[in-house]
Amino acid sequence: MARFDDVVIAGIGHTEYSKCSGRSTLQLAAEAASAAIDDAGLAPRDVDGMVTFTLDDNDELELMRCLGIPELRYWSRTPHGGPGSNTMVQHAAAAVTAGVADVVLLYRAFNERSGRRFGQPNARASVPGLDWYLPFGLDTPGKTYALQFQRYMHEFGVTNEDFGRYSVVARKHAATNPNAWFHRRPITLADHQASRWIVEPVLRLLDMCQESDGGAALVVTRADRGRDLPNPAVRVRAAADGHLVDGSVMHSYYHADLAELPEARFVARQLYDAAGITPRDVDVAMIYENMSPIVFLQLEAFGFCGRGEARDFIADGNIELDGSLPVNPNGGLLGEGYIHGVNNVIEGVRQVRGSAANQIPDVGHVLVAAGRSGLILERA
Amino acid sequence: MPSVIPPVPGADDAFFWDGVRAGRLLLQACADCGAVRHPPAPMCARCRSLRHEARESTGRGTVYSWIVSRHPTEPDAQPRIVALVQLDEGVRLVSNLVDVEPADVHNDMPVEVVFVDHDGTVLPQFRPTTPFWEGSDTHGVHEASQKAGGA
Repeated sequence: MARFDDVVIAGIGHTEYSKCSGRSTLQLAAEAASAAIDDAGLAPRDVDGMVTFTLDDNDELELMRCLGIPELRYWSRTPHGGPGSNTMVQHAAAAVTAGVADVVLLYRAFNERSGRRFGQPNARASVPGLDWYLPFGLDTPGKTYALQFQRYMHEFGVTNEDFGRYSVVARKHAATNPNAWFHRRPITLADHQASRWIVEPVLRLLDMCQESDGGAALVVTRADRGRDLPNPAVRVRAAADGHLVDGSVMHSYYHADLAELPEARFVARQLYDAAGITPRDVDVAMIYENMSPIVFLQLEAFGFCGRGEARDFIADGNIELDGSLPVNPNGGLLGEGYIHGVNNVIEGVRQVRGSAANQIPDVGHVLVAAGRSGLILERA
Repeated sequence: MPSVIPPVPGADDAFFWDGVRAGRLLLQACADCGAVRHPPAPMCARCRSLRHEARESTGRGTVYSWIVSRHPTEPDAQPRIVALVQLDEGVRLVSNLVDVEPADVHNDMPVEVVFVDHDGTVLPQFRPTTPFWEGSDTHGVHEASQKAGGA
């Protein structure tokens, strides 16, 4: 069951989102975690669980040493990158519901611009699982995803310019968010179309998410514990993963139809069923975007428009701050920063609390979507 | 053109690369229920049999999707076209298109396999299928090999 009645996100914390943090990833993790624990009005001794990504370089025991967390009785990690931003919350929600932990610290920190850059070509040597891709030139995330996105473009007559309309909105939102790397730096569609090709005929530079340095953390606990906390607790109404045979990280080459994201459809079905809501009840959608086209696929999979209709849905202004479905009011991973999606969960919490830079009025439900995982957040 | 990153065959896919070096496109098929699968795996997802055999593909299919691949940090003498090929056997395979310019590639165009030696790494590649009225043509294989070797 994806429904959780008694689980809240009680604290959020993050470092600045930069291109050169000048400090270790462990320090970034510690700073973000410390801020999240403070934000929750708790102390390190209250934390008894930890969740992060399998890709995170920061060891749990080292982070305990930094924060002075004396005892930990639960930890877990979530594989495959970006979807883990929500999956961490699902792990924590399940843990506190089961009583194996009371207060779970979720963290993700890296120097993904000044250190190891995900956007750079893959290792010179292949490994068995990559034999089907690396020798043929699929050596970057951009190429890997573009090979699926191209089929979507073909099926529905979508152009790179259509994708650019999302990038313009993301940068517009970032422009008025002081936390965003691209604060006060909006772009036009002409800028987008003049940016260089990364993967012809699908992705230009301004379709790509950022490479960022930074840390982001959350504190998840039970609702009864959240009642005494200084900041409004945000209920995790539903949390769901959706993994399908023949899938991959947030794409697939082997599903029957590649002009859709069936994993996201699977997540959507679970979330809406568990929360007892429909897409019309979603007031803000945080949509993970490693690249702009994946917003199109998720808008369709999560039921905000029909298949092939995301192009018109975006062009008609629906995803803007005053639109029918504001998307990524923080500027998302293109505009705010790329902390593997965890910064989007933080923005979801802020939108429910009413404390976001680009606050949407009267937010009842926030969908946080990351392809193969999702959350429904609401007021506790 | 940056050199091709060679595959690192393991227990589950060595047959494929052995086949490629011998000029054969081999797909893995379940030896019990006959289901063809790609990429190879040690177990059949349909019947859970561990018995499998290599089945030679016709090497014909269509372009399901495609992109132009340029190396992100090293200038390409010759960018590659990466294609997801829908083989007639019903499975998809990531490969490259040869003997065609990006402007002439379109989704669902028929293609056929050729084997190209990239400095010692033989890869299955695909070229537009020669229309039957133009007769058989082995020139394309030769041309593709030269192109790869001369970059």
